[in-house]
Amino acid sequence: MSTSIYLITYLSIIIFMAVIVKRIIHYVSNPLHVRWELYPVAHEGERASYGGGYLEEVDWWEKEREFSLIGELKVMIPEILLLKAVWEHNRSLWFVTYPFHLGLYLIVAFLGLLVFGAIAQLSGFSLSEGGPLLKAVAALTNLVGPIAFILSVIGSAGLIYKRITDPGLRNYTTFEHFFNLGLFILTIGTAILTWLFTDPTFAVSRTFIAGLISFKMTPINSSVFLLQALLAAFTLAYIPTTHMSHFFMKYFLYHDIRWGDEPNINSPETDKKIGVVLNYPVTWSAPHIAGHGKETWAEVATFNPTAEPEKVKEEVHEQKEDD
Amino acid sequence: MSKKKMIKITDISKNTDKLASVANEDLMPLPADFEEKEWDKIPESTSEKYACILDDLNILQIPKPLTKEDEEDLVNKFIDGMRKLFSKEDNWTFLTILETTMEHCAKCNTCSESCHLFEASGENEMYRPNYRTEVFRRIYKKYIKEEPFAKWRSGDIDLNWRTVVRLGELAYRCNICRRCAQTCPIGADNALVAREIRKIFSQEMGISTPELHEKGSMYQLKIGSSTQMNQIVVKDNVEFIDEDFSDETGYQFETPWDVEGADILLIHNAGEIMAWPENIAAFSIIFQAAGISWTLSSDLAAYDSINYGVFYDDVQFARTAILQAQAAQKLGVKKIMLGECGHAHKALTVIADRVLPEPLKIPRESCFPLLRDIVMSGKIKFDPERNNFPVTLHDPCNITRLMGIIKPQREIVEKLCPQFREMHPHGPFNYCCGGGSGYAIMTRNNIPEWRFKIAGRKKLEQILNAFSDCRGPETKKYVCAPCSNCKGQMRDMFERYELLEKEQLTYSGLVELIVNAMVDVKPGFIKWEEDY
Repeated sequence: MSTSIYLITYLSIIIFMAVIVKRIIHYVSNPLHVRWELYPVAHEGERASYGGGYLEEVDWWEKEREFSLIGELKVMIPEILLLKAVWEHNRSLWFVTYPFHLGLYLIVAFLGLLVFGAIAQLSGFSLSEGGPLLKAVAALTNLVGPIAFILSVIGSAGLIYKRITDPGLRNYTTFEHFFNLGLFILTIGTAILTWLFTDPTFAVSRTFIAGLISFKMTPINSSVFLLQALLAAFTLAYIPTTHMSHFFMKYFLYHDIRWGDEPNINSPETDKKIGVVLNYPVTWSAPHIAGHGKETWAEVATFNPTAEPEKVKEEVHEQKEDD
Repeated sequence: MSKKKMIKITDISKNTDKLASVANEDLMPLPADFEEKEWDKIPESTSEKYACILDDLNILQIPKPLTKEDEEDLVNKFIDGMRKLFSKEDNWTFLTILETTMEHCAKCNTCSESCHLFEASGENEMYRPNYRTEVFRRIYKKYIKEEPFAKWRSGDIDLNWRTVVRLGELAYRCNICRRCAQTCPIGADNALVAREIRKIFSQEMGISTPELHEKGSMYQLKIGSSTQMNQIVVKDNVEFIDEDFSDETGYQFETPWDVEGADILLIHNAGEIMAWPENIAAFSIIFQAAGISWTLSSDLAAYDSINYGVFYDDVQFARTAILQAQAAQKLGVKKIMLGECGHAHKALTVIADRVLPEPLKIPRESCFPLLRDIVMSGKIKFDPERNNFPVTLHDPCNITRLMGIIKPQREIVEKLCPQFREMHPHGPFNYCCGGGSGYAIMTRNNIPEWRFKIAGRKKLEQILNAFSDCRGPETKKYVCAPCSNCKGQMRDMFERYELLEKEQLTYSGLVELIVNAMVDVKPGFIKWEEDY
């Protein structure tokens, strides 16, 4: 039984990674999009503090542009760690979505601690009898795990409550929202039961992870733990296939779109991309686009459908002569 | 009486007379009492021809389907267009941005409170930024992407002719100011969805608003300007402006045309020439006084910076931008400069950046940085006492939130206007004037009333609050709105609520304030009505 769970866990990790890679490849292989930035653009250095940018300068294309990584981090860190936008614009939701997200972040940290402990274990160290670092890792694991579980479950339940009771949110809530949140409650609830009744020091969890890392697939004799592992494997594989993929796609939405203010100056690569998209075929059917024998974006965009400019030019010429 | 009710996503497809109506009782309160009119009945001449089933107005003129075949045809054409919207060839311009909004929105409604339309309408569900997107997303998942289990994953939707008509109209209940996108924790963009729906109607179905298309971008391509001024008329009009304002200001100036090799090609919104000639004069006076090498162009579309394609059609957008860049190339100027027009700023400077091929990549910039440098340079003498009246600054969305040009205009008003005060919020977090994305030029049926009591309501509140210490007709007040579209909205809104009479409130641009403070110009360049 436990071998099957090991194999399912490997599969779920592969699916998790594959879906992420697929989504990223899909995004980056899309054609060049037009600029659509939105200020404040965080990397604009000092100017970012009031929402300004390089276009505030005369002859901006001749000046060195500021790019502040610290500026980006100053926005992204509070946004990711504290959900700042929700705090500022949707406070009542923040009180339930923040515990949920913080719980998930802590679960990632908890898994990191487990992996560290498992590697130590595989290297011949004992967490309970090791040095201060290993003891600290063991203690932290014991502390972070339960807190993470409880926060996630409280957050998930709070989000379900909010989505049922808030008429504005209920209108936009689909079965998938309840399924996702229910899945978290079920998976993490099972983890809480495992912790309470089977694995209070997470020794079994660490052994399972060591078995995964070493490919030894050490047998696990706890059915509640195996159920937890099965649910966790399913959840892991499932997350990136849903809108929750925003956890990694947010990078592109912020850096490539919202803050994508890179001008096309001395950029042969961008010029090349523009050359490609301008040669794409256009199949829009409206009369001002179709039916003029123009097939590509370059042809359509340089064609004047009014067919009258020449006539207007003649009239203007005649008017000039009359004057 | 309040007509507020919860509107469900699926209500958009239902066989009802209309989806929603905003009652006066539900409107966001203002810091002053203004009498609001009830919605007029949509004229029969309109409702007989066009499908008016969304609310109390008709903006997008979708022909009313008369037969079952018409209804099916409408749906099929919409679906064809939607498929193209999600193809990389037909929509390379925005595909990536649209897809990410379709896929990653958590439907948390964090964007709702940022929307001035949602707030002003008393939180009418139809105006929630995510309502339109959610309908569109459900159609996308079910009919375009054909996602397995789409009905339970993303929610169900019935795609019938009513859904199509209402969604099309709903795309014209958004100013595309992108304030909602600014607040989204994930980076989804509901405003873009409104624009993309407009594109399906225009680019595939041949349906758009006459003001933006037939009388807008098509006139610009045909005659040279949506104002219908050809190159002879526009030059004549500017010549008159030069003469009139030289006399009035005592400052002799001449606006240069078609000067080859000039440093700057300045492109005005040609609407200024017709409606606000003092703006054209002010630019010419300032540039001449500062010794700038500049010119206007009389080439097709190059004496009118408008590019209405930005609001509804990528092809029309590209055609106009290319004509403007070609004019600059022909004159051999060093750069193109945009006058006081927000959408023109964004269109030519930013969006066209990845549309213009190499030979047309002439640098493009806003007029505000140069104006700031001129004012700060000491080349022109100013007397700020001439601007000693309360002034507030409206931030056009396209220039601030979408381009990050915040400080130059502030440095100018801070130097030249002793009683300058900010609106709140301002800069990139400003509120739209209510005329954004094309409405400022629309005067059909209930559209103006909608612009005032819903779309412009938040801006009106901001303006009144900015002058809370000097309300009433005793003190002359000035809203600096450096954008033609915003000025059009303010002109009509101020007139509707009689703000000149009740508050001595006027509006105009930034260059007018600069010239008003110039020592070499006769005092009184800016006028309140009784000064005329």
